[in-house]
Amino acid sequence: LSKMYHKEKSLQIKNSASALYNNLSVLRIAPRSLTYFTVVHANTVSIVSASWDGLNTSHRQLQSKEPNVATSNSLIMQAAWCVLPSRDLLVLTSQKGIQMYESDGSIMVYWHALDTPETATAQAVFARGIAAVRENYICVGEASGGILVFDIPSKGGNITLSEVLEEHKESITDMASECSGSQECIADMVSADDTGTLCVWKSGEEFQLLNKITGFDMSCSSVKLWKGTVVAGYGTGQIRLYEAVTGILHAEVNAHARWIYSLDIAPFSGLLLSAAEDSFVRVWHLTMTPESNTVEISHMYNECVTDTQICGAKFCDGDGYAFGVTGYDLSEIIRYTQS
Amino acid sequence: MTNVFCRICICKMQMHTHPWAYLSLSKHYNTFFSKSHSVFVHYHTVAGVWSEQDRKRVMVTIIRTMFSKDFMDQLFKPQPLYSHRTLKTVLTRLAHTSIMRLSPASMDRLYELMAMAFKRQLVLCPRPRDLLLISYNHLDSVRRFVEDTPNVLNQVDETQRRIIEVYTTLSDAELQLLRQTLLIFLQDMHIRVSFFLRDKVQNPNGRFVLSRSGPVPPGTEVPGMIRMLDSRGREVKRAHFPSGGSYSSPEREGSFSLHGDRVTRLGTNIYGVSQEGETHANRSCAAKGSPSPRPLASEELNLLARLMGGLEVLQRPGSDPAYRVNLFTMDPGEEEEEAEPGESFGDVVTIQATPDAQASSELARIAEVFTDQHQPTEEPCGSSSSSKGADLLALMDTC
Repeated sequence: LSKMYHKEKSLQIKNSASALYNNLSVLRIAPRSLTYFTVVHANTVSIVSASWDGLNTSHRQLQSKEPNVATSNSLIMQAAWCVLPSRDLLVLTSQKGIQMYESDGSIMVYWHALDTPETATAQAVFARGIAAVRENYICVGEASGGILVFDIPSKGGNITLSEVLEEHKESITDMASECSGSQECIADMVSADDTGTLCVWKSGEEFQLLNKITGFDMSCSSVKLWKGTVVAGYGTGQIRLYEAVTGILHAEVNAHARWIYSLDIAPFSGLLLSAAEDSFVRVWHLTMTPESNTVEISHMYNECVTDTQICGAKFCDGDGYAFGVTGYDLSEIIRYTQS
Repeated sequence: MTNVFCRICICKMQMHTHPWAYLSLSKHYNTFFSKSHSVFVHYHTVAGVWSEQDRKRVMVTIIRTMFSKDFMDQLFKPQPLYSHRTLKTVLTRLAHTSIMRLSPASMDRLYELMAMAFKRQLVLCPRPRDLLLISYNHLDSVRRFVEDTPNVLNQVDETQRRIIEVYTTLSDAELQLLRQTLLIFLQDMHIRVSFFLRDKVQNPNGRFVLSRSGPVPPGTEVPGMIRMLDSRGREVKRAHFPSGGSYSSPEREGSFSLHGDRVTRLGTNIYGVSQEGETHANRSCAAKGSPSPRPLASEELNLLARLMGGLEVLQRPGSDPAYRVNLFTMDPGEEEEEAEPGESFGDVVTIQATPDAQASSELARIAEVFTDQHQPTEEPCGSSSSSKGADLLALMDTC
């Protein structure tokens, strides 16, 4: 098998990446032939805008300093772009709250403070897990297990908290919406938590729980939803493929030797990207068998980023032609494109 | 050391991180001091200045302070994350509860060393729960220092019981959050440590080497297999793929109770990794206590010990109460200019002291030894390193 991908020139980032799940987000700005990348570093977020050839870049830094909070900076847990039909927003989740910016990071349009106890307690407070769902929803998970559903107008800052979903008992780790664009899929969103429990949702004015897949006491650190299949990555290094609405386990992959930190799917090609603390990025191929409505997974490619605990890996396009990778303490985004 | 750091971080996450970082830092601390003390003992055998009792007293003093109930109560209280500066201050004060006096520059260097040693453990620990085993390895060795002093031993046991109580109940996910917070605390520290470089556990760019072989952590399967299941959960197909590494099945689980085999080696010997035999050799030389011929490293330590041994004398009324001891090079530009691999602690040891005549002559001799790059290289105990600093530190860690 010839080398499927080759390494391109890396993109430098202003601050190194922290060891957080899903710590890389990518937004493709097709009209301008640009790709935006964002990576969390402690209490700052680095945004890099790069031309598709990688030759022209520009940088922006965002702080977690909240507008009306007098306290010091808090750690950021995740930064991700949310793509809705009407607008793109950059969402930051921290120990203090949720910030939503215009997609280039220029203007903060919304701030939601988390309830923090007056005195320090043993209970952690933070938000983590970000997903844009259907036309107008952005969902964000909380350490308490709650999921905040925000209703996003097509423009402006009149964002409202429309609902709080209380199904998870443990901290939310990640959330994802159906990425194939297919209107036939019943499930719109999947949420995962620290015990590995997965909740499958149908969106709407009131979100409806379609299915709850019980975990096995191991964190599901990254989750994706593609053509009605939940793809979940765990602290054990396993990847599991479930049928979203029935919870039937279709495949189980002993994928990595350490905690998985990131999964991504290229919706058009069905390529799956997995990355872990073990320094490996792997590319898989998912295929649907419509007759039996089952999904199969096959291994395509390995890439080792030597001595790097990978914390973020994302495809740069819907076909999986290119992907970017970053890791703990690394001040660059390494890019790979298909040979 | 680990503990102070952990402690710090958990707090930031509003969980109990604190004791962690603190205890772990302090373990490294202890290790450091115990090494010095082993030197004192050796010196005592030569010159009779430091008695076994003196050594014990200092060690016990530090551990007693470190594990005192009040201090631990404070430590276990959830509170905001310490800064590196605060942490350094705490550790400096801790050191100063004994008769040791480290110059600020030495303290900085010592702190960096401890931080990097701790960072290595955090990076390499195969799964979050191993943080506990690392910490227990630390406490096991602290316990050995005070095994003859029942009340202090009780303090240490009590601390470990509290840690077990607070931390073993944490889930893997919570421990992972703790670890991630600690990693953020130590992020962007790329100080190169000569013995890590020499042992090939650290790269010249400061990153630690991650293994792609060996046992996977308990609970994890060796990567390389895909299982396809039908709707009834029966396996219908199995496929294999190349993992790119050479992993093996997990080792047995380490003991999470007060005593027992922790299985993991992390936290047992912070400075020595592969060169344990070597440091062992050094140590046995030092233990012989014959004044000459001696390996270069123990010669240096001897002189250092003599200088420190003078502390007792000088602390008598009317004299300057303490020496300031500089254990590490303070070449101001060193960190910025990133010295060559293996040299970061190459010419390591410089010592500043009070202007006492006797001490000055001592100093002159020390300076002579430490600055002379053409020392005879025969090192009867098998240390082949040209990096004397590394030897010194390795020696410090073999107790």
